[in-house]
Amino acid sequence: MRFAARRLAQAIPLLLVVSVIVFALIHAAPGGPLSLYLDNPNVRPEDIARLRRAMGLDRPLGVQYLSWLWAFVRGDWGYSYADGRPVLERLMERVPATLQLVGVSTIVAVLVSIIVGVAAALRRGADHVASVIAVAGLSIPVFWFGLVLQLVFSNMLGWLPSSGRTSFGGGGIADRLAHVVLPVTVLAVAHAAGWSRYLRGSVRLALAQPFANAARARGVGEGRIVLRHALRHALLPFATVVLLDASIMASGAVVTESVFAWPGIGSLFTEALAKRDYTVLMAFLMCASAAVVMLSFVADVAVHALDPRTRDQH
Amino acid sequence: MVTFTRAGRSLPRQAAIALGVLAALVLAAVVAPLLAPYAFDALDLANRRGAPSAAHWFGTDELGRDLFTRVLYGARVSLAVGLVSAAVSVAIGVTIGATAGWAGRWLDAVLMRFTDAMLSVPRLPLLMIAAAVLTPSVPLLIVMVGAAGWMETARVVRAEVQSLKANDFVTAARAVGATSARVVMRHVLPGVLPTAAVATTLAVGRGILLESALSFFGVGVQPPTASWGNMLYQAQTTMSSEPWLGIFPGAFIFLTVLCCNVLGTALTDADAPIRANAGPRRWRPAFLGSVRRATPAEPLR
Repeated sequence: MRFAARRLAQAIPLLLVVSVIVFALIHAAPGGPLSLYLDNPNVRPEDIARLRRAMGLDRPLGVQYLSWLWAFVRGDWGYSYADGRPVLERLMERVPATLQLVGVSTIVAVLVSIIVGVAAALRRGADHVASVIAVAGLSIPVFWFGLVLQLVFSNMLGWLPSSGRTSFGGGGIADRLAHVVLPVTVLAVAHAAGWSRYLRGSVRLALAQPFANAARARGVGEGRIVLRHALRHALLPFATVVLLDASIMASGAVVTESVFAWPGIGSLFTEALAKRDYTVLMAFLMCASAAVVMLSFVADVAVHALDPRTRDQH
Repeated sequence: MVTFTRAGRSLPRQAAIALGVLAALVLAAVVAPLLAPYAFDALDLANRRGAPSAAHWFGTDELGRDLFTRVLYGARVSLAVGLVSAAVSVAIGVTIGATAGWAGRWLDAVLMRFTDAMLSVPRLPLLMIAAAVLTPSVPLLIVMVGAAGWMETARVVRAEVQSLKANDFVTAARAVGATSARVVMRHVLPGVLPTAAVATTLAVGRGILLESALSFFGVGVQPPTASWGNMLYQAQTTMSSEPWLGIFPGAFIFLTVLCCNVLGTALTDADAPIRANAGPRRWRPAFLGSVRRATPAEPLR
């Protein structure tokens, strides 16, 4: 409990610093949040001045920051410049699609990395192949990988739809499944590459511990040692890494979603970027960063509660 | 053989190959005007959207420009962004990390909280907004990409400096009256070099990926300047009819980043075989003391 309180006391200032960075970024634009109108010949300079006053942009920056932060904390995230609807509403309607994509690809990537990671920890040959594939997976540009998959499986073979969450007017299970395959492949490869290496390292470490030797001395088979002892030992740090990566993904897989026109938070971000829709962009960055900070906090407290080895270090 | 690792061992074969490929790419980029079969902006209107052939190895684009030539010239921009932004990010990272690690106390706390905050903001969206807002020239873009990548380096360097400063040779240097600045420059920073070498190699790959992602969304390098990323941006709508326009630039991004990561991993292994065996490092916010640290490159999703 005291541990959780101490960590929380560190997470809140962190969030405040993040909010300053986000706020400063938007206001660093020449013309600030109204820069979109500066280039528009139909908007007169006196209109811009009026808008500045109406939106409170003529107040000192510190005051603007505090009022923005206070409104943000209360859940008043303002209105989208693009279509005038509340930002919160626009974000929320995109959440289910992102959760589906992130959820499915996380599950696939975790299963793949457990199998690959354990195999690599045990067999030299498997380790070699897995390390080559992992480096390739970490190096491949996601947008290009997506385009190539679309080219091969949609345009050339015609097996899978190239974009969207469902076909127009469709929505059956088979249709939804077909749409999810390609984006999930892209995301799962990107993550399984790093995660499988991480798990391989943890399993290796666990196998070198005295308890593994003790089990060997008792005559326990190597397979059983791995599954019952080493893997259990390795899974906790692995789970925290997965949780942290998933928290970053929860803010929307920006690149994947836009390549596959997946109607999630990530493609909302790219749409807002194209229209310089600053209220949406700010809300996105704040939510994404808050998700990272809060899930790190959760991961840390959970590890502390579950793993007695971490306690004496503090 | 290359022997700039701490233990003085030579690099393993795959790393030597990666280094060779990178060197060849850089060389090709430098002498692009000599290698290129056509002028950078030579139009061949009779041969627009041509598939790869003997005359045009990588095909031609919608204006009949030779894609092989454009990929060569694009390499100049993409590699420059990667290399220079890596230098920028490592310079910032080493400065902040060494300052925090050496000074300790409140300066350490302030710098590390700031580092954590920067790590908590998703890197690509942050850069995309900054690039959309500032519409940067290529040099400014390089600085921005570099400024988005120093955090991991700072954390690793800080840890390294903290452990180095507890050594007897540091105490000895101070005992003979060396100033802090001298101790850091002459005795501590050289010990950080292997770490900085690894960080630089990985940062080159990350810089190229970030630039290409920014350009892919149309907020990075702007035409008529060609980079691998903005060639992909232009190709994405015609992927089904002229796939070569997207396949070749992307393949070069992949190849380059792959070489950087192979080299970086090999340098890590050579520098610290035991640490390397414990799996890739992962980033975690500093207050998460309990679990280990950062991978070479977090994927840009």
